[in-house]
Amino acid sequence: MYRYDSYDQSIVDARVEEFRDQVQRRLAGHLTEDQFKPLRLMNGLYLQLHAYMLRVAIPYGTLSAKQMRKLGEIAAKYDKGYGHFTTRQNLQYNWIKLADAPDILAELATVEMHAIQTSGNCIRNISSDQYAGVSADEVTDPRPWAELLRQWSTFHPEFTYLPRKFKICVIANEEDRAAMRLHDIGLKLVLRDGRIGAEVYAGGGMGRTPMVAPQINDFVPEDEIVSYLEACLRVYNRYGRRDNKYKARIKILVHELGVEEYKRQVEEEYAHMRELGLNPPTEELDRIRPFFANPAYEQGLSDEIDRTDPAFALWVDRQVAAHKQPGYAIVNISLKPRGGIPGDASAEQIELAADLAETYSFDELRVTHAQNLVLPHVRKSDLYAIWQKLDVAGLAEANLDLITDIIACPGLDYCSLANARSIPLAQKLSERFASAERQKELGELKVKISGCINACGHHHAGHIGVLGVDRKGVENFQLSLGGSGAEDASVGQITGPGFSEDGVVDAIEKVTDLYLSQREEGERFLDTYRRLGMKPFKEAIYG
Amino acid sequence: MVEFLTFREGEAGQEPAVTVESFTGQSNSTAVRIEAGEDARELLPYLDRLSLVEVNFPAYGDGRGYSAARILREAGYQGELRAVGDVLVDQLNAMRRCGFDSFRPEKALDDAAVERALNRYADVYQKTVDGRRPLWAKRHPETVNG
Amino acid sequence: MKILTGNDLGTGDVIWWAGDGWSRQVGDSIDVGDKGDELARAEEAALRVVGAYVIDATVTEEGVRPAHIKDRIRALGPTVRPDLTLKPNDADAGNWVI
Repeated sequence: MYRYDSYDQSIVDARVEEFRDQVQRRLAGHLTEDQFKPLRLMNGLYLQLHAYMLRVAIPYGTLSAKQMRKLGEIAAKYDKGYGHFTTRQNLQYNWIKLADAPDILAELATVEMHAIQTSGNCIRNISSDQYAGVSADEVTDPRPWAELLRQWSTFHPEFTYLPRKFKICVIANEEDRAAMRLHDIGLKLVLRDGRIGAEVYAGGGMGRTPMVAPQINDFVPEDEIVSYLEACLRVYNRYGRRDNKYKARIKILVHELGVEEYKRQVEEEYAHMRELGLNPPTEELDRIRPFFANPAYEQGLSDEIDRTDPAFALWVDRQVAAHKQPGYAIVNISLKPRGGIPGDASAEQIELAADLAETYSFDELRVTHAQNLVLPHVRKSDLYAIWQKLDVAGLAEANLDLITDIIACPGLDYCSLANARSIPLAQKLSERFASAERQKELGELKVKISGCINACGHHHAGHIGVLGVDRKGVENFQLSLGGSGAEDASVGQITGPGFSEDGVVDAIEKVTDLYLSQREEGERFLDTYRRLGMKPFKEAIYG
Repeated sequence: MVEFLTFREGEAGQEPAVTVESFTGQSNSTAVRIEAGEDARELLPYLDRLSLVEVNFPAYGDGRGYSAARILREAGYQGELRAVGDVLVDQLNAMRRCGFDSFRPEKALDDAAVERALNRYADVYQKTVDGRRPLWAKRHPETVNG
Repeated sequence: MKILTGNDLGTGDVIWWAGDGWSRQVGDSIDVGDKGDELARAEEAALRVVGAYVIDATVTEEGVRPAHIKDRIRALGPTVRPDLTLKPNDADAGNWVI
């Protein structure tokens, strides 16, 4: 994975001092909150319900054991002993003091981490596929480009005060594990006539008006991606709406202009910008690429797994994915224990994950947008030992992509934007559907819960989605069906009137019962829903 | 406290800046002011007549002025390019990088804070109109763009 | 009644206007009448609070009760982590929120 050179390190160190200065000016009263707020947001520091919240960047969801260890230390030293992994592959601390924030950033900088641009109306963390570099079917590892774009987007002087936040995703597979089509800009790297380039999608997003990003270019050569993105961003910066916060994302601009017109404006700007020498030379990508080269895989390892232990076998079947290298496997670590808080990990669990990465996975971990962790390069012969350690730590739930692998935002328990609590609902669902047999029978079923319309829980992209709303001061939950964040991206449809917290659990059970009674051979829930449509589900729910 | 900051040699433009509409409609003025939503490219046919372009930032979160400035510099404008309005010390670097070379903030800036801000970052990641070598150029001096 | 709440600038702690200063206990809240906004601005300017706002509340047997669930969650702590609330040993504290 990428290592900073002295230039990168100096920039992060300078940023820490800049923020320290800004905090000092705030605490001394030289900056008002209105002036300070956008500055602290650009360092990932929110004021939430109970305290300040710090969102640490985990670039394209990849980190080292050493970095993970530091995250655990910070949780223990400055927070209340835990952190929360988010739907953008980042980590959040919920109990931060403003006065400590500069020191925390300084400690992060010692392990090449930061909280730069994890909030604010700027380009955010570049996200990517959690199996990048280890899946057999990728065109290339997308992460060198993600790193190139991370640097390009860091303190970009023209795009620091955009109409709204801007999220970019880079993948290099047909299978989309990163919800690429639901980003402001999504890049899919492809190979054409021996050259690598990007299919570019623009104007995706969730929130109030969810949209699947349409394609605006079917091939931008790899060495022109930067200038093309500059053109996309410039058109957005100039013409994105600034009159209404809820209409300020690029998806609204693309929708209001129409794809063809947005594309035309981008191409016009691009024709101008591609002549300005903005693109890094291929030597820069060549410099970055070796950081993502294969680790020193052992050759000739066995693919045998001893499945004698039934609990271990269950876990292998669910949590272990195929690796491109014979004898190796990808391990998914569930952060969705039965009845637990999705995405939360204690300092001890974070420390354990770091240890496992160091011992068994060439020092490397990934964070998924479904709020789980990945050990990307594990010898099959080590799987049992890893499982045993995960089991002791409560991290061995075998529920990847099953109904209890719930995505949930922090909701009203933590977030000042929320209308309803999402976590208690996730916990209830997790308990209701806890049975391993039942989960297996239901199969792939992605439940996503958001506590408000900002949709940080990605509910629009849930096979089953839940949106918490405030109905006259009482929490109420809207149910939607048929969303998907994968390559078959779609926005879920609302079933009808909302429910109480217990009511929506019952409604979901009716939905799954109907699925089981109606499904045809090989159909996932999503497939059955798409075949049958909303009507029979609506009848089953509301009678 | 700093009420006016400039990085240009010589005298700062003193002539009152007229609106874009006025400017493009008549021929005498050499100073124009661009408001946040206006299109800087309307000025491109007249760049050689301009000695001062002011770009207004009604609220510092409105980042349209950064594009306006960079567009003008990309088009070859070499006169004074001044950021006015809600300009804090925290925006100076980004503004300079987009081509601004003078500043008249609504609220005066603290001298020491200005000094610290300007000297904060030795390097930059992106190529833009300020003539600074981006890191990819420093890292690969042997290449065409380096 | 109208009460005033916000967060401590330095620590981020949820605080409630108690008349002679800020308290971490919602039960110490006093009725600010129509002086809330003025008070908020003054306290913000004095750097003693950030993001202060006025809310409706009632006085019940259990003390001051904010009208909205969000502020009750602020008053107590996250309902899903009773150990991290202001009443970690009170098993019924969560019921008060809802």
